[in-house]
Amino acid sequence: MSTATIPRPSKPWGVNFKQTIPDLAVAVVTVLVTFAIVAYTPMKGKLAFVVVLFLVALAASAAISGIRRDRKAALNSVSTVMVYVAGLFVIFPLGSILYEIIKRGIGGLSLGIFTTDMAVTASDAPLNEGGLLHAVVGTLYIVLIASLISVPIGILTSLYLTEVKGKAAGTVRFFVQAMSGIPSIVAGLFIYAVWMIAFGNQYSAFAGAMALALLMIPTVARTSEEVLKLIPNDLREAGLAMGGTQWRTVAMIVIPAAQSGLITAVILGVARVAGETAPLLLTMGGADALNLNPFDGNSSAIPFYVWKNFLLGTETSIDRAWSGVLVLMIIVLIFFSLTRFLSGRKGRV
Amino acid sequence: MSTAAPTLPPKRVITTKPRFSDKVFRAVVTGGGFSSLVILGLISLFLLYNGLNVFKTEGLKFITGFDWIVPLPEEGLPAQYGIGAMLYGTVVIGLIALFFAFPISVGAALFLSYYAPEWLKKPMVLVIDVMAAIPSIVFGLWGYFILMPHAEYWAKLIHKYLGFIPIFDMPANAYSRSPFIAGLVLAIMIIPIVTSISREIFAQTPLDRVQAAYALGATKWSMIKTVVFPYGRGGVVGGAMLGLGRAIGETVAVYTVLNIVFDIRIEVLLSAGGSVASMIVNKFGEANPEELKALMASGFVLFLVTLLINFLANFIINRTARE
Repeated sequence: MSTATIPRPSKPWGVNFKQTIPDLAVAVVTVLVTFAIVAYTPMKGKLAFVVVLFLVALAASAAISGIRRDRKAALNSVSTVMVYVAGLFVIFPLGSILYEIIKRGIGGLSLGIFTTDMAVTASDAPLNEGGLLHAVVGTLYIVLIASLISVPIGILTSLYLTEVKGKAAGTVRFFVQAMSGIPSIVAGLFIYAVWMIAFGNQYSAFAGAMALALLMIPTVARTSEEVLKLIPNDLREAGLAMGGTQWRTVAMIVIPAAQSGLITAVILGVARVAGETAPLLLTMGGADALNLNPFDGNSSAIPFYVWKNFLLGTETSIDRAWSGVLVLMIIVLIFFSLTRFLSGRKGRV
Repeated sequence: MSTAAPTLPPKRVITTKPRFSDKVFRAVVTGGGFSSLVILGLISLFLLYNGLNVFKTEGLKFITGFDWIVPLPEEGLPAQYGIGAMLYGTVVIGLIALFFAFPISVGAALFLSYYAPEWLKKPMVLVIDVMAAIPSIVFGLWGYFILMPHAEYWAKLIHKYLGFIPIFDMPANAYSRSPFIAGLVLAIMIIPIVTSISREIFAQTPLDRVQAAYALGATKWSMIKTVVFPYGRGGVVGGAMLGLGRAIGETVAVYTVLNIVFDIRIEVLLSAGGSVASMIVNKFGEANPEELKALMASGFVLFLVTLLINFLANFIINRTARE
């Protein structure tokens, strides 16, 4: 049995090399003209080069399309160049941010900083003294406590929106959306007003965690709602048809089916709040020493550590701030990749 | 042979009366569902309660005045709290941020929806999502150490060539930590959110109309102008407003790159600006109990403004998405 050779489908609409020659020529001429302008006029430097390149590219693409076709085509070319540049602008800052964080943060990074705190270290002490153990422990505490508070509330909210579908579902959804926009500083002020002024407590990691929980609830609720919406209604109907009550259907069918999606929602919430700084400034006090009690006494967190060292302003404390930023970014990116990994898995939601 | 006609079994009574467990379940879930309303209510209540005295003594001057004077106790003078300059400064840096972020975001959303090659779309969406996940303190440090030296140079160029326009005038040679730089940092922070919302809205453009435009011989740009923009206008504006809301509430990133001065100045390149959120952090450390109440009042104003902007933005986006 010989297999018949199937001819490769030809694509007469595809762009062949001959057709790209004019475009390539325009690109080369654009770059050359830009070099010439930068070389022979007083405009110098990288900034001038980029700006001139942009303007020349606009003019060149407009001219070539205008000559070959008409005014509409010229307008199309101009807009194409601008849209491409906008796309470039979105990528560029992230590249710069990641590059600078790694370049400036890697110097202060060593295993030693995870085993000591800053209790006896002066701000201008060399980098091999002191560390951010207290900050890492603080961040662990506040993220854990904030999750414990916000995850039940967030998931209950999403269950209300998708399972109970009460009369007020539209209103609740609207308010949850609005709540995700409240400034983090307001959450900090609110907790300060309640926990410190009204109840007379002192700074603690718990207070910071409560402020973060407020910011985490909308993220968890909205993501969980999206996940629960994806669970096919057949499952719910099957559960009810077999005689299950709504409670048992939700608890034993809907939630297990949505499990990995709900975990994604929680991690997304954690990633949202792990780097928050402003509410912590008002609620945690910012200790330099390790504080293992989350309910009493000043404590720190990685963003707070970065903030404090940045404000100190000495050369080594700035270096410390950058290593803190690097550690923070690594943590945030780990959470971020986890959500990607979990939501990317096929089969379950 | 025949016996009496078989008696039918009694009819089963079917009710939809929920079981006890379901009642509990519904009550608990409903309670949880309303938590966000309760929390929002509590926030406004507590901040208002703490700031009430300041609102009473300052009256409208709290919003319009631009003096923040905390006299020493031995002076015995009345304190003055007015956040007019801060509100003005917040609006200025928010508008500067939108001025840069809006065209770039809409352009990038168009790029992702209609221009980008297939292989580039996924990585670029990933880049935008990562940008959205970067903590604001990171933007603050990056803005201060990396962006600011460049931005000062750009500001000098703007002043040199456009200095005749009053807003680019420079009464003093102080270019660092200006509203212009704070606006740039904020622009970079809100680009991801405006881009992703615009992209979602553009993705909902009816395909038949897009194809109809192409079939009539439209260029890509004509198609976008006549189909995509009219359809998605509301959503894009809503996305921009969400970005504005985020910019207004941003605290630490603005604090690092903005010199907070209680004065209304129109020169955006000058090292003097205002932001309600950053001012709260700035004053919080050394605030006495009464000043703290004024900060609570400022927080209340900030809360109301952002809530209003968010309400409006979500309303517009939801309406556009439903159509």
